[in-house]
Order: sequence, then structure tokens, then C-alpha cells
Amino acid sequence: MIRFTSVYKAYPNGALALKDVSFHVPKGEFVFLTGHSGAGKSTIMKLLFAEQRPTSGDVRVSGYSVPELSGSEVPRLRRRLGVVFQDFRLLEDRTAAENVAFALEVTGARADTIPARVTRVLTQVGLATKARAYPRELSGGEQQRVAIARALVNDPAILLADEPTGNLDERATRGVFQLLREINAAGTVVVMATHDLDLVRQTPYRTLELREGQIVYDSAEEDPR
Amino acid sequence: MKLMYREALFAFRRAPLLSALSITSIAFSLFTVGLFGLVALNLREALRSIEERVEVVAFVMRGTPPETVTLAAQDIQAFPEVAAVTYVSEDQALARARKELVEFRDAYRDLATNPLPASLEIHLKPGYRDARHVAAVAERLKGFRFVDDIRYGRDWIERLDHLRNVFGIVGFVIGLAFAAVAVVIIGVTIRLTILQRAREIAIMRLVGATDGFIRGPFLLEGMLKGALGGLLSVLLCWLAFLLFRDNTGGTFTGLSFFDAEHMALLLLFGILLGLGGSLVSVGRHLREVGGRMERRRGRAGRRALLLAGAGPRDGGTAGA
Repeated sequence: MIRFTSVYKAYPNGALALKDVSFHVPKGEFVFLTGHSGAGKSTIMKLLFAEQRPTSGDVRVSGYSVPELSGSEVPRLRRRLGVVFQDFRLLEDRTAAENVAFALEVTGARADTIPARVTRVLTQVGLATKARAYPRELSGGEQQRVAIARALVNDPAILLADEPTGNLDERATRGVFQLLREINAAGTVVVMATHDLDLVRQTPYRTLELREGQIVYDSAEEDPR
Repeated sequence: MKLMYREALFAFRRAPLLSALSITSIAFSLFTVGLFGLVALNLREALRSIEERVEVVAFVMRGTPPETVTLAAQDIQAFPEVAAVTYVSEDQALARARKELVEFRDAYRDLATNPLPASLEIHLKPGYRDARHVAAVAERLKGFRFVDDIRYGRDWIERLDHLRNVFGIVGFVIGLAFAAVAVVIIGVTIRLTILQRAREIAIMRLVGATDGFIRGPFLLEGMLKGALGGLLSVLLCWLAFLLFRDNTGGTFTGLSFFDAEHMALLLLFGILLGLGGSLVSVGRHLREVGGRMERRRGRAGRRALLLAGAGPRDGGTAGA
């Protein structure tokens, strides 16, 4: 599903965000990316959804080679991914349902199929009753659930979550994390960047730890499952 | 398609003030262009009515038989520049003088013999009423033996030519300048709209919208704003026209306003301005946030990597 091969990422000022990063994520896996701020978690995320390209090396995501993507292929890759951020990135002037529907509309989904798909996915994240609420009327946890619903509505093969619980209290964190586990249990690859080590320790999932742009620990290599 | 309309209309509802600013700036830019157009239109009509009076008069030598002159008139009528030839006999000339020159009516009445010669009045076709053609026709008329003298007001025809040229150039330059200013203003206001919606564009890209899809509603929005601005400018021109015509003491009652074609042109111009401004602004924004910029950063990054000596030696061939 995901394969990094000797990936380097340098910024024009010479700073190296990633140094010789290689790993493979097979189908159905849940992976944590951990490490301090600036360790390279977000850079890996950005490479995964082709927001950035590697300086050298190869990044393969769901059959696409990110360094070789043409401008018109980037949207096609993104339609096979769901992305969730710490700051939710919802449109403030649209309801929860409209935010979710937006992701379908921009990809040219048939208009008559949209309401049912939106309802299904909002039900899945436990927000069926708040479909008509605006983001400002929702709690942080609920807003993140709307963002997850938006990420899921296109039935992605991979869900990328960049610090999805960073802005949430403990209860909301548990709720959102549980939701991500359910999504993974249904077969979607989940890559979650976090520095909430408590969360990581509680679960049996694979962990990749980054330090200064390099993978310093991969639980899969230590304890192959 | 339906979605594009909805998104474009949504933009108006969401940022009414900014939309109003865009529309008024388009309207006022076009209003200045329109005002200039009105002045140009009326000056052109004034020039045309002056031009229509351009004529060449060939005075006929006394004693020339009218038949000779009539025959010659037929030849002259065949000149490519000539629209009409009128023969004015001596008696007709006198009658006209009595009618037109009221001050000399008594003098003309007491005349024993008619001092006025017969003449041929030659009107030229439109497009031949400039100094060069008039002089050419006059030159050919001199070839007729019965022609005594030729008058055609050389000075004022030349001045008319000059006026026409100057006016054409000045009009073109000023019109162009106003249009350029309008494009800049429209570009800026649309860019403001886009910056205001940068977040939304970022989200659209994130969920896999193509650049073409993102562009669509903005272009439609620009065209709509241009059309509304164009309509408003026609209205402003009409008001300014009425104000001017009715408050100048009747001197300009004969002024004309745009016909439907001109108004449609102004509207079309507005739509094109709106579309052009949107195209430039959205294009620039998408380039800034999009792949092309990232590829450029990628090249800079590869150079940095090589310079630092930190990467693999073949660092320049990403993805190879």
C-alpha cells in the first residue's frame, strides 16, 4: 500500500527533513508515526498525499509513484486517500453534512448518490443527528469526526491522520482513536502521526519512531507480527 | 455544472461587501470607458455631419451652353469619388443668393444683369471627403475647358482631416489606458476574493479537486461580476448623459446615446474583464500553492542536498 525507498527530503535552505527513510506498510495495517516536533512526521504525511515531493528516493502510495506524478494525477491519488488534520480544516460556513458532501461533489460524484453516502458516513462516525450543525456549534471531538467522515466518504484505501487528537481532551481523544481503529478494522490502512505516547503504548499497533528525519525504531522489525 | 453555479452564487452571499466592491470597480472602470465612448460617438457624428457638407464647386464660364455642362456632369458623375453632381444655372444661383443672403436681398433685386455664374456642385462619397481626394477631384475638373474656377475650402478640409486623426489617436490611447486600469483593478479585487477563500481552495485540493474544477466557479463568478458591472456602467452612462444633456441649457439636445449594439459591447467588455481578471488571479494562486511551485522547490532542495553532501550522489534523479 505504502512504500518509502531511501527517501531524502531537503528544503531549499539546506535543512534535511528526512534522511534515507525506508519502510513498507502492507494492506490493512495501522501504523503510528511518533517523534518530537520537527522529527519528520508531517513531512512523511505531506509526501504521502503528494503535497510535497521527495528530493530523492521513491514514495509509492496506492499504486502511484509520488515523484513521478503529473499535476493532473495528484487529484486522482488524493481521491484514494482520506486526510485528517489536527485543526480539522472544515469550511465554517457549511454544515457538517455539506462539508462531507463537498468532498464528493468536487470529485464529480453523481448528485443523486450524495445524500445517502453522506448520511451513511455521518452515522458511521456517530454524528447522524448533527448533520445540519455548523462547525462552530460542534465540540472539538465532533468537528474531528466530521473531518474523518469527510475523509471516509470517498471510501479511501488509506486514511492519513496528522495529529488528529492534538487539539482534543482525553475523552474526545479516546473517541476519535476508537473510531480510527474501527475504520482500520474494516480494512482501511491508517497512518497516524502523534506524539501522544500513552495512546501508542496502550495499543498493539506498529510504531515507527522518527528522530531528526530518520527512523530510529520500527516495532515491526523488533517484533514481527 | 450545477455545482459550479451554486458555488459561484455562494461566493456572492458569503462576501457581499467584496463582491459589491468588485462590481462597482468594474462598473466605474467601464463607466469611464463608456463616457469616453459617448464623447467619441457624438464627436464622430458631429464630424460626419460636417463632412457631409464637403463639396467641390466648379464655376462654369459664362456663355457655355447648358448641354455641354450637362454632358460633362454625366462624366463627372462617373468619377469613383463622386456621389452626386448638381447643375446650378445662373438663374438658380441668383434665386438662391436672394433667399440665403438676406442682407443683400435689395442689392440682388435691383440688378439689371445676373452677375452670378452657373456652377456644378459635386458631392463626394463617404471615405473620399478628405483633403487628398478632394484635391484630386478638383485637379481633374480643371481639365474641363468650360471650368472657370474651382472652390473647395482646402483649409478647413485639411483641418478636418487633422482633427479626425488627432481625435482617433487620442481616443485610442485614452481608451486603452482606461481599459488597462480596469483590468488591474478587477484583478486586484478578484485576488482579494481568492485570498479570502484560500482555505477553501486548500481543502478542495486536499479532497482531490482538479485545478480545472477549482477554477470553474471563480471564472463564472468573475463573469457574473463583469456582467453586473457592465450593466451598472451602462446605467451610470445613461444617468450622466441625461444630466449633461438636460442641464446645459438645450445646447446639446441633439446628442445621441449608445444604441443596443454599443450597450451589448460594453456588457461584453465587462464580462471579458471579469473573466480575464479571474483567470489571471486564480491561475496565479493555483500556481503558487500548486505543483509547479513544489517542483521548483524540489529542484532547489536537490541542489541543497548535493551541496551539503548529505544525500546519495545521484540525488538529482528523484524517482529514478
